[in-house]
Amino acid sequence: MSILVIAEHDNSTLKQSTLNVVAAANAVGGDVDVLVAGESVGGVAESAAKIAGINKVFVADNAAYGHFLGENLAELVAEVGKTYSHIFTGAGTTGKDFMPRVAALLDVAQVSDIMSVESEDTFVRPIYAGNAMATVKSNDPIKVVTVRATAFDPVSGEGGDASVEALDLVKDAGLSEFVREELAKSDRPDLASADVVVSGGRGMQNGENFKMLESLADVLGAGLGASRAAVDAGFVPNDMQVGQTGKIVAPQLYIAVGISGAIQHMAGMGDSKVIVAINKDEDAPIFQVADYGLVADLFEAVPKLEEELKKVL
Amino acid sequence: MKVLVAVKRVIDYNVKVRVKPDHSGVDLANVKMAMNPFCEIAVEEAVRLKEKGVATEIVVVTIGPKAAQEQIRTALALGCDRGIHIATDEEVQSLEAAKLLKAVVEKEEPKLVFLGKQSIDSDNNQTGQMLAALTGMGQGTFASEVAVEGDKVQVTREIDGGLMTVSLGLPAVVTTDLRLNEPRYASLPNIMKAKKKPLEAISPADLGVDIAAHLTTLKVEAPAERKGGIKVASVEELVDKLKNEAKVI
Ligand SMILES: Cc1cc2nc3c(=O)[nH]c(=O)nc-3n(C[C@H](O)[C@H](O)[C@H](O)COP(=O)(O)OP(=O)(O)OC[C@H]3O[C@@H](n4cnc5c(N)ncnc54)[C@H](O)[C@@H]3O)c2cc1C
Ligand SMILES: Nc1ncnc2c1ncn2[C@@H]1O[C@H](COP(=O)(O)O)[C@@H](O)[C@H]1O
Repeated sequence: MSILVIAEHDNSTLKQSTLNVVAAANAVGGDVDVLVAGESVGGVAESAAKIAGINKVFVADNAAYGHFLGENLAELVAEVGKTYSHIFTGAGTTGKDFMPRVAALLDVAQVSDIMSVESEDTFVRPIYAGNAMATVKSNDPIKVVTVRATAFDPVSGEGGDASVEALDLVKDAGLSEFVREELAKSDRPDLASADVVVSGGRGMQNGENFKMLESLADVLGAGLGASRAAVDAGFVPNDMQVGQTGKIVAPQLYIAVGISGAIQHMAGMGDSKVIVAINKDEDAPIFQVADYGLVADLFEAVPKLEEELKKVL
Repeated sequence: MKVLVAVKRVIDYNVKVRVKPDHSGVDLANVKMAMNPFCEIAVEEAVRLKEKGVATEIVVVTIGPKAAQEQIRTALALGCDRGIHIATDEEVQSLEAAKLLKAVVEKEEPKLVFLGKQSIDSDNNQTGQMLAALTGMGQGTFASEVAVEGDKVQVTREIDGGLMTVSLGLPAVVTTDLRLNEPRYASLPNIMKAKKKPLEAISPADLGVDIAAHLTTLKVEAPAERKGGIKVASVEELVDKLKNEAKVI
């Protein structure tokens, strides 16, 4: 078995999720190599080389990969990955974009969003927004897999000493061009890896009221999330959406404020260790999964909660 | 220009699925079926392009059993012009769906192909990207804005960090995200008119595509149930529980 893990990063830092994906690769067994593709990614490659237990780091450093265009990445990954038994990456939007293209170029199926590794060819993955778990066996010579990072405990990002090899492979498919990007800037912990997440829903009523949650999140050192309804209504940007079609989070503590608990929302946070719900409707479905439910008007409860937390933190 | 839209028949998104006792899958007997919500958005976007005079003809295609013609008719009622039903009772996985759609693309030669970003049954999020790879087209995935300009299309994509805009040469594949548009409802007169629009049925064999699955589902189980918790009476009690019982703060 030989596994190629495609690192997730933003050209300057290695994303934590890469450590979870390496953990999933380790569950398969065999040598794990990491591919870092991007532009000016020397620092990322250095971090990748320190990941515990990996064999080798390949670096494809070129402007063609700078914006992670799926067409270019797919050609690179298919070329580098064709001699491996497995190709793994995280199920973030970059992986979701290029990985199925890799699978098609290699004429194999993709197994999306795995939550456990049963054996070298068999994986468990959620279907129907997590309302069912499918155990799926791949009959292909190369297993192309995206990994739900939150389902695997990360390996250590320190202590490794893998060799780094530069690849002179430039794949520019010429099909797409980067135009611009608007990235949310935030000093808050990354939603996907934060220990505590505070999320707001339609009950927040407007974007201005999210300041209350920001302030609560500051006290807790929490990431900030939202339901689809809050994003669609324009209260907050799309990168905050938690759910079946947004981000998957599994923090130690998830606080849902003014969120009803639709299955599509629960698909994104149902694996949190402790769930708190604040909702004025005692019959809201979110209370069926909440460890601690508080039936209250959020406009009273949230400032109060912040005050009480300040006393004990 | 011609636009192709791929739509899938899936379980209605409001239905809470139940796993079959023999773990072979989920129970679809007597369950409400509908067009995949992301495909509704794909249809809507194509129809808007036609209303703007950018698209001249919209062809809608589905792969699935006879009953999937209902979803074709819905798309025709919403403004698509012509339907293609690739008829099969077999389970068709994403790679094979992409191969079938590729065969349709080669025949129809559309300038733009719209797909949903994800089917809400398999949650695969693969078919559009695979189709783009197989046809050598660029891909604008998870689109929240689409603008056709000459022989290019600009697609704004919802990514983890925010939004990203790419420019693709035509023909191209676009997969739709939730905020691209708000789909309309079909009016009764349009539902009646849709019954007369052309709908062609073909088989995977007609297209020369082998649809044998590469993945085998060994079993389907219900997810681990979360134990329902308790209701707390006050914010003070909540903080106390979080600190002293759950020990998460
Ligand atoms: C294909 C598809 C994909 C989807 N993907 C996602 C997804 O990824 N993520 C997601 O979140 N949703 C998703 N949805 C949408 C989902 O079905 C729900 O519509 C959405 O989650 C509802 O958001 P909400 O709970 O904020 O709003 P609502 O359901 O309107 O709930 C608002 C809640 O706020 C409470 N409330 C109101 N005022 C107060 C107050 N003053 N104090 C306390 N409580 C108050 C109300 O009692 C209510 O329970 C998807 C839907 C579809 C069809
Ligand atoms: N059987 C099918 N028939 C038509 N279109 C499909 C089919 N399966 C997938 N698609 C298209 O591909 C998109 C993504 O599906 P998936 O890759 O299965 O998540 C869907 O929203 C459809 O547009």
